[in-house]
Amino acid sequence: MIQINNLTKKYADATVLDIDQLQIQRGQSIGLVGNNGAGKTTLFSLLLDLIEPTTGHIISNNVQVNQSEDWKPFTSAFVDESFLIGYLTPEEYLYFIGELRGQSRQAVDALMDQYSDFFNGEAIGQKKYLRDLSKGNQKKVGIIAALIGSPEVIILDEPFANLDPSTQIRLKGIIKELSSDPRVTMLISSHDLIHVTEVADRVVLLEKGKVVMDKVKDAGTFAQLEQYFKGISELHVADAAAVPPEIVNQEEE
Amino acid sequence: MFKIFARLEWKSFLRSAAFKQNLLFKIFIGFFAVLFLIEFAAIGAFSYFIIEEFIEDGKLAAANPFALINKFLVYWFAIDLVFRYFFQKMPVANIKPLLYLPFTKGKIVSYAMGKTVLSFFNILPGFFFAPFTIVLLIEGYDPLGVLSWHIAMLCITLLLNFLNVFLNNADKVFYPVVALIALLGVSQYYQFFDITDYTGPVFEFFYQQAWSFILPLGLAYITARYAYTYFKKQLYLDDGLQAQHETAKTENLDFLNRFGTMSTYLKNDVKLIKRNKRARTTFIMGFLFIFYGLFFTSDFYSGMDFGKVFAALFCTGGFLFSFGGLVPSWDSSYYKLMMSQNIPYRDFLLSKWWLMVVMTVISTALSCFYVYLGIEWLYAILAGAVYNIGLNASVTLLGGAFVKTPIDLTSNKKAFGDSKAFNIKTLLLTIPKMILPIVIYYVFALTLSMEAGFIAIAATGLLGLIFRNKILGMVEQIYKNEKYDTIAAYAQKD
Repeated sequence: MIQINNLTKKYADATVLDIDQLQIQRGQSIGLVGNNGAGKTTLFSLLLDLIEPTTGHIISNNVQVNQSEDWKPFTSAFVDESFLIGYLTPEEYLYFIGELRGQSRQAVDALMDQYSDFFNGEAIGQKKYLRDLSKGNQKKVGIIAALIGSPEVIILDEPFANLDPSTQIRLKGIIKELSSDPRVTMLISSHDLIHVTEVADRVVLLEKGKVVMDKVKDAGTFAQLEQYFKGISELHVADAAAVPPEIVNQEEE
Repeated sequence: MFKIFARLEWKSFLRSAAFKQNLLFKIFIGFFAVLFLIEFAAIGAFSYFIIEEFIEDGKLAAANPFALINKFLVYWFAIDLVFRYFFQKMPVANIKPLLYLPFTKGKIVSYAMGKTVLSFFNILPGFFFAPFTIVLLIEGYDPLGVLSWHIAMLCITLLLNFLNVFLNNADKVFYPVVALIALLGVSQYYQFFDITDYTGPVFEFFYQQAWSFILPLGLAYITARYAYTYFKKQLYLDDGLQAQHETAKTENLDFLNRFGTMSTYLKNDVKLIKRNKRARTTFIMGFLFIFYGLFFTSDFYSGMDFGKVFAALFCTGGFLFSFGGLVPSWDSSYYKLMMSQNIPYRDFLLSKWWLMVVMTVISTALSCFYVYLGIEWLYAILAGAVYNIGLNASVTLLGGAFVKTPIDLTSNKKAFGDSKAFNIKTLLLTIPKMILPIVIYYVFALTLSMEAGFIAIAATGLLGLIFRNKILGMVEQIYKNEKYDTIAAYAQKD
């Protein structure tokens, strides 16, 4: 579904992303982990053609994303608040995205209904504009908006951050359900190793812009990741030595 | 302790957005700030003599320059208040991090209010009043009276400053007051009712009774006390320090659906204007341009027809220029969303284009009152409107495509013109927007007749309509070429 070839992104003389090869099969859900500055958001921005690759390219469903815009109809994303229109109410925002994606009002209503437990009586149905909602509630709306119009590629940058525990559990349910759909390819980043290993079929670990680990999830993945981040593991010799063994629990800038 | 506050202030000044520009720009800004102060000081110093001359020439009717100034001071202070309301921000944002530190609340409030006293809005009037007072002394006015008057003026300025502290966000009171002031101004101009007959003596009184500065001083003190207690009471995160939340109102805009796929954006644009302070201000300012033409009704311009053409373009196109010049920056805060959604640029642009056209038509209808000044004014307005719709709407969008300044929709800061929004390309585009119609007018008016001149302007506008799609195609191409730069520019926060 998605092929990444020889992709690099450089700013001045700092290389923030450098991926030789990465293939993502249709229907896979990828969990992307890495410390701050590892290049997760850069990769997502490149996937959405929001920044220009220095070299290489990404091909999504036979469309090269920095050449053609034909990837837009089947791709959706929620990366940060700049994907929200602050002066709309959540409902208006969802209808707006719906209209852009060719969905009727009824279809959007049905979707809101379907995920009413995710909203948990908040966010939707209050007399508030998106800009006045809490970060968590904003995120809920953004995530649901990314599900409108049955997209085939869904990109979520740190969807679990800022969510309350109940909503995190519900979101895990939603992601698992979507990832069981063979048409839907998902890319999710998170700093929470438990969440990632729980919802993803395949985990990609980025460090300083490079893929240092890429494996289909199994029972040992969580332990491996934890070990890596502790810096004890000797599995990733070259990089691990240079990496400060610290887990940063902040949100990325 | 004062040192800590002062250091904080100094850093926030040095690191403010205005200073993050390049060096050349800093010099430019600094130059204009100083120029502005000097200009005010010069007005203060020379206005007395200029007015005196006008009185001697019989152009102005007043006993002496001082009386005339006193007469119009009420408008000075009214405008002062209006500007404060729009642009003087309460220093609330920087208070939050101080709250839990070991300062008393009183100190924090004093600091915040002291900061407002040092604002540009208080310094600028000082630069006018001080030289003016000196001139009065030189001219032999009673020193005690002049001093009293001077103190009174400064006290009133401070009074307005403190008034603004608790007047913030009282739109319902504010707009009617502005309307009233405008009405008073107009009725004075047309000599229906002259409020200055009543307010002039009040200001004169401060001079005649040297003790009377006590009154505004006392009032300023009371307002300051009140502002202090008001502020202090609100010093909680969930009270005064909380950002104001509006209750969301959803309006049914389904009637716009007749515009087809474009309606999605059009509905959004209507909401954009209705719900965002910055967009609302632009909208209102756009309509205030209708009165801009009055400047050109004075005798000074009577022989100059370009004034009429110019006025007509501004009266009918105020909204068009102020709003259209900032497309696509209006959508800057969610530009990433727009760029990753399946949005045809053409529909996006056409929605803005239609919005500008509709607003131009409305402005034109409202501008028709100029017909009272002569039928040629109506010709000018109509010709200007056709030119604006036909050519300027798309040319303005073209100019906007070069502007990559993110807009903070919720704040009015910078609403007065964004420094970065001026660049050579947008400047060059004022030629077809403003100068071309004047040239066309003169070519035909001087060879044929005035009517021919106006018809030629309108005809050029209609011709422009044919090129609309071509121009919009160019805009589209610019959007595409500069996509990454635009996204990066909009992502910058200041």
